[in-house]
Amino acid sequence: MSRSKTVILMIVLAVTIILFFILNLLLGSVEIPMSDILGILIGQDNDNTIWTNIVLKSRLPQAATAAMAGAGLAVSGLLMQTVFRNPLAGPSVLGISSGASLGVACVVLVSGSVGGMALSKLGVIGEVTITLSAVVGSLLIMALIAFVAQKVRGNVTLLIMGVMIGYIANAIIGVLKFFSAEEDIRAYVIWGLGSFSRVSGGQTTVFIVLMCLLLPTAFFLIKTLNLLLLGDSYARNLGLNIKRARLLVISCSGVLVAVVTAYCGPVVFLGLAVPHICRGLFHTSNHATILPASLLGGASLALLCNLIARMPGFEGALPVNSVTALVGAPVVMWVLFDKRKNEV
Amino acid sequence: MMKEETIHLINLATGYHDKKGTTVITNNINACLYNGELTCLLGPNGAGKSTLLKTLTAFLPPVRGEIIIEHKPLCEYSDSELSRVIGVVLTEKLAINNMSVDELVGMGRSPYTGFWGRMDNHDREVVDEAISLVGIEHLRGRMIQTLSDGERQKVMIAKALAQETPIIFLDEPTAFLDYPSKVEIMQLLQKLARDRNKTVFQSTHDLELALQIADKIWLLDKSHGLTVGSPEDLSLNGDMSVYFHREGVDFDMETGLFRIAHDMRHRITLEGSGSRANMVKKGLARHGITTISEHEPGLHFIKVERDNYYLDNKPYSSIDTLLEAVVNLVNKIDGIDTKLST
Repeated sequence: MSRSKTVILMIVLAVTIILFFILNLLLGSVEIPMSDILGILIGQDNDNTIWTNIVLKSRLPQAATAAMAGAGLAVSGLLMQTVFRNPLAGPSVLGISSGASLGVACVVLVSGSVGGMALSKLGVIGEVTITLSAVVGSLLIMALIAFVAQKVRGNVTLLIMGVMIGYIANAIIGVLKFFSAEEDIRAYVIWGLGSFSRVSGGQTTVFIVLMCLLLPTAFFLIKTLNLLLLGDSYARNLGLNIKRARLLVISCSGVLVAVVTAYCGPVVFLGLAVPHICRGLFHTSNHATILPASLLGGASLALLCNLIARMPGFEGALPVNSVTALVGAPVVMWVLFDKRKNEV
Repeated sequence: MMKEETIHLINLATGYHDKKGTTVITNNINACLYNGELTCLLGPNGAGKSTLLKTLTAFLPPVRGEIIIEHKPLCEYSDSELSRVIGVVLTEKLAINNMSVDELVGMGRSPYTGFWGRMDNHDREVVDEAISLVGIEHLRGRMIQTLSDGERQKVMIAKALAQETPIIFLDEPTAFLDYPSKVEIMQLLQKLARDRNKTVFQSTHDLELALQIADKIWLLDKSHGLTVGSPEDLSLNGDMSVYFHREGVDFDMETGLFRIAHDMRHRITLEGSGSRANMVKKGLARHGITTISEHEPGLHFIKVERDNYYLDNKPYSSIDTLLEAVVNLVNKIDGIDTKLST
């Protein structure tokens, strides 16, 4: 694909982000005129404080969270697919999302039965604890995966390890649930549904700042990622330190998933599907193109999914995970069909 | 150009370490590789060719001994230094889609490009040159997954050239290729060694081609270890026949090539000379019939003339029909006489 075509496609992706972002602000259960939204955004006082609250405290943080989370998941999925040389690798496949869930389950469910108080009633402190426990859980699993990655040779072996770790985590969660108070279980289940709206207030700022720091680090890995495409032997012959490269890429994608999962719960399929959609659009595996493309595509798709989940009539009834699965699962099927022809 | 020793192996033992300890595959290797030469590593399956090649490319540590590359021990090279000294072409098939030939050859520049992997004008020139040397200009824009095995192999060779290393190692680059492509790749490698003064070392199973085109042959065998020499010397001193002796394979000293040993059970007289006569001879050998030039009483005879073949003065228009007639004769008398007598 020629350079100019690539640039045009990138611009198109960026435009869809802006479009979906505006639609996210515009559409919702309460109808607010466009002019009022613009006014609220640029800081004009609006007579209707409810409208101001809806736009500034609900729709804007939710849209920003969706865009950042989508970008993070897509980039993380791309890194995993490259480092494990497996088109079906993704945050959830490697058990990292399950790790986050386990962390949250431990804190939410155990605190109730051991500490004698339900964390779900603690408000802000509870929220922060949940976030931290998710980060700790996913980072622990990621460290485990990175350790296993150094020991086992085959990428497929590692992938199966990830899936198994996920099963173990879910089994432990099952046991924890059995001993927990009903309201704690409900709090956990709600977190587990995945949502871009759970993040609110100051947390949104923290989340966005974190993502703004983490996403650019992936760009430092472009040359490494391209070399990894060639396979270990060729990459090594071209001067790449394979172990260090794998560790760097796995860590980067692991931290991205950890942070996103902590704030939004496990959001499925975005990380897996977006890189494939971008490869299909740009006809290249070169990370100099596909990495920014995945970032933009992830943000755009997440905004679209959030929009669908919030369509008038669905309000709250449709978890964002259902929408992402609806979009992502067909992509996985398409990859599997395509695989028979030439991929992998 | 002066031939210089680029790689020196001293008492090298190859093998691998695992939980059970160390397994030595080949012991006491003492040999050199020279620039400007194409060296072929030959040996039966399981002789340790791949292990030796992996050891030389630093993918495997040597069990014992030393590998000196350009006057410096291999173990003292850093990853990035080594990437400018040794280029490899491997047997493993690339699992990449959607990467153009141009981009893949460009990957060969990685050891020289900066943090972002951007190529400058010089890098582009080197890539262009590598592509034109290998003769794949017409493939430039093609995606890797659309190439044939032979084309893909050429692209990988171009990648190794773009790497600008004085040494190129290739692991069975001609495997899975059709015969003309095998010849093409071998000739290309020889040309690169000659014109670019590179040290080219490849493992191969294509004995015939290697014997005709290689400057040096390394013969590797489990029981005999490593023997090194020019194809001609190895032929004359009998090493070739020792290494590859099998039932049904003969080493032809005259041509320095291998040929299939036919079990000769019959004789026939052949009159005539030139390529047509030679072809008849070859066809007869396949059926276990040897030829003599003298007429002998009681022996059938074949005469080869410009446009026809005659068996006992009866004309045949092609070698195929002639052979059919001869085989008929043989079958009639088989088990009665070892001679093709009337």
